[in-house]
Amino acid sequence: MLEDLFSVVRTRFNSDPSDDQDAQKRKKTDIPKGLIFKCPRCANNTFMDDLAANSKVCPKCGYHSRLTAAERLDITVDKGSFEEFDADMMSKNPIDFPDYEEKQQALREKTGLKDAVVCGRAKLRGEDIVIIVMDSNYMMASMGSVVGEKIARAFEYATLNRLPVIAFTASGGARMQEGIVSLMQMAKTSGAVGRHSAAGLLYITVMTDPTTGGVTASFASLGDIIIAEPKVLIGFAGRRVIEGTIRQRLPDDFQSAEFMLENGFVDMIVERKKLRRTLAHLLKLHKPYNGGAAQ
Amino acid sequence: MTASQKMEIVRTKGRPTVRDYIPMIFEDFFEMHGDRLYGDDGAIMGGVAYFEGIPVTVIGQVKGRTLEENQQCNFGMPHPEGYRKALRLAKQAEKFRRPVICLVDTSGAFCGVEAEKRGQGEAIARSIMEFMELKTPVISIILGEGGSGGALAMCVCDELAMLENATYSVISPRGFASILWKNPARESEAADIMHITAEDLKALNVCDYIIEESEGGAHTDPEQTAENISEYISSALKRNLQKGLDEMLNARYNKFRAIGEFDEGVEKTGVPSDS
Ligand SMILES: [Zn+2]
Repeated sequence: MLEDLFSVVRTRFNSDPSDDQDAQKRKKTDIPKGLIFKCPRCANNTFMDDLAANSKVCPKCGYHSRLTAAERLDITVDKGSFEEFDADMMSKNPIDFPDYEEKQQALREKTGLKDAVVCGRAKLRGEDIVIIVMDSNYMMASMGSVVGEKIARAFEYATLNRLPVIAFTASGGARMQEGIVSLMQMAKTSGAVGRHSAAGLLYITVMTDPTTGGVTASFASLGDIIIAEPKVLIGFAGRRVIEGTIRQRLPDDFQSAEFMLENGFVDMIVERKKLRRTLAHLLKLHKPYNGGAAQ
Repeated sequence: MTASQKMEIVRTKGRPTVRDYIPMIFEDFFEMHGDRLYGDDGAIMGGVAYFEGIPVTVIGQVKGRTLEENQQCNFGMPHPEGYRKALRLAKQAEKFRRPVICLVDTSGAFCGVEAEKRGQGEAIARSIMEFMELKTPVISIILGEGGSGGALAMCVCDELAMLENATYSVISPRGFASILWKNPARESEAADIMHITAEDLKALNVCDYIIEESEGGAHTDPEQTAENISEYISSALKRNLQKGLDEMLNARYNKFRAIGEFDEGVEKTGVPSDS
């Protein structure tokens, strides 16, 4: 099943793998690195500066490209309100996977992150929240021990302190370098969501690009309200695996946010520019009312 | 014995399946069908039966032996409606205060267009969350293959047991080899480094009990293996039926909560301490 979960992030949308490699090669040789953004949805090129000026949304088709956790926090929470939880937590190597520590160390240096999720407490238009942001720059935000533990702790903190949780999900799936331990993080996080939910507290998921595999099959799909950014990839299995099974190409919009909305797994698709306002509105609508569970 | 050798045993033609074990282990099995939402999935069967006089709910992942059987059960790969059927029966068990016995044997949840349309991810996620809170004992036993999220959906339990040659993994060794080395043929090599055997998983606190198979593998003497499974279920029910509800649910939560290896980092910050 998981061949899919990992390949899902590699074979974006309908791109042919061989094209991908050619594109990569061209990118390496012809165009200065990092100057051009090639949209995985519409294949159009945009200058990075123009993309950044447009909230990292493809100006041609509206695909909402990936943000770093820092960028996401910056556009989401009130300035200066974020207090990070477990900022120094780092993985070990539970199944002694070859080169796992080295790979992580290199990524830590490259991304400035300790692992693929940032959690903490913040305010959003004055409302107290617990916020979870996954960062696909770190091992495609795959879920291993650290991601699972930090998310479970964030939910437990929110349950204890009677706070809503907003989770920005993005993930290639389970982190196979941690073997079965990574699979167990699906149970750990979903269990913590269950306790938060049983306490009558609000959990909003915002699915961002790409939300797939073991994260889709655990806490990402369990929000009271599920929002998705336009055109992002959301799914369980990988496109290539499914195409292999049915021996035909899948339509372009398969496993898009729009596809998930049509099939009943997303409440609404919200543009990045309107997201903060929408979240603030939802938080307000869920504020305890006269004798509600919280004070 | 290595993981790849165990995989060979599990793949032996004639290895008993859920359909073989249920009549050998339980009495008066009454099968129920459908998820009440979409349809009936042949890859998961379930119903109510007696185990040593105790009414129990049995939910099993079905594998076939012939092509026809395999078409009916989709080679043991459930669709979302399979997981939703399993959850329906589990909630029914909770209502009637029956313990749930899950018999797990799948290479994974099915990956297909219809499975995506009907929300395979959501079905597994909900199953995990609801089983975690199910107010009745849940005992899961992996009979052969425990493939990824498709197995986990039925392994959120008070006790997880595995037959001695069974495996449980985050991804199939074949998938692992094809991603890591771009070569699915290196499957055996992958299996041997992935820590997927019952012993490996017991060392990682994922598996709680190992059930012996008959000499050479369960196919050599299905009755003997069934007897070993029955003996295990008997002791597992004794252990779990006497627990108080809160004790049971906390233990179940903590069983999964405790799995993971990490370092808090040099400066231990933790969460703000206003609670
Ligand atoms: Zn575009």
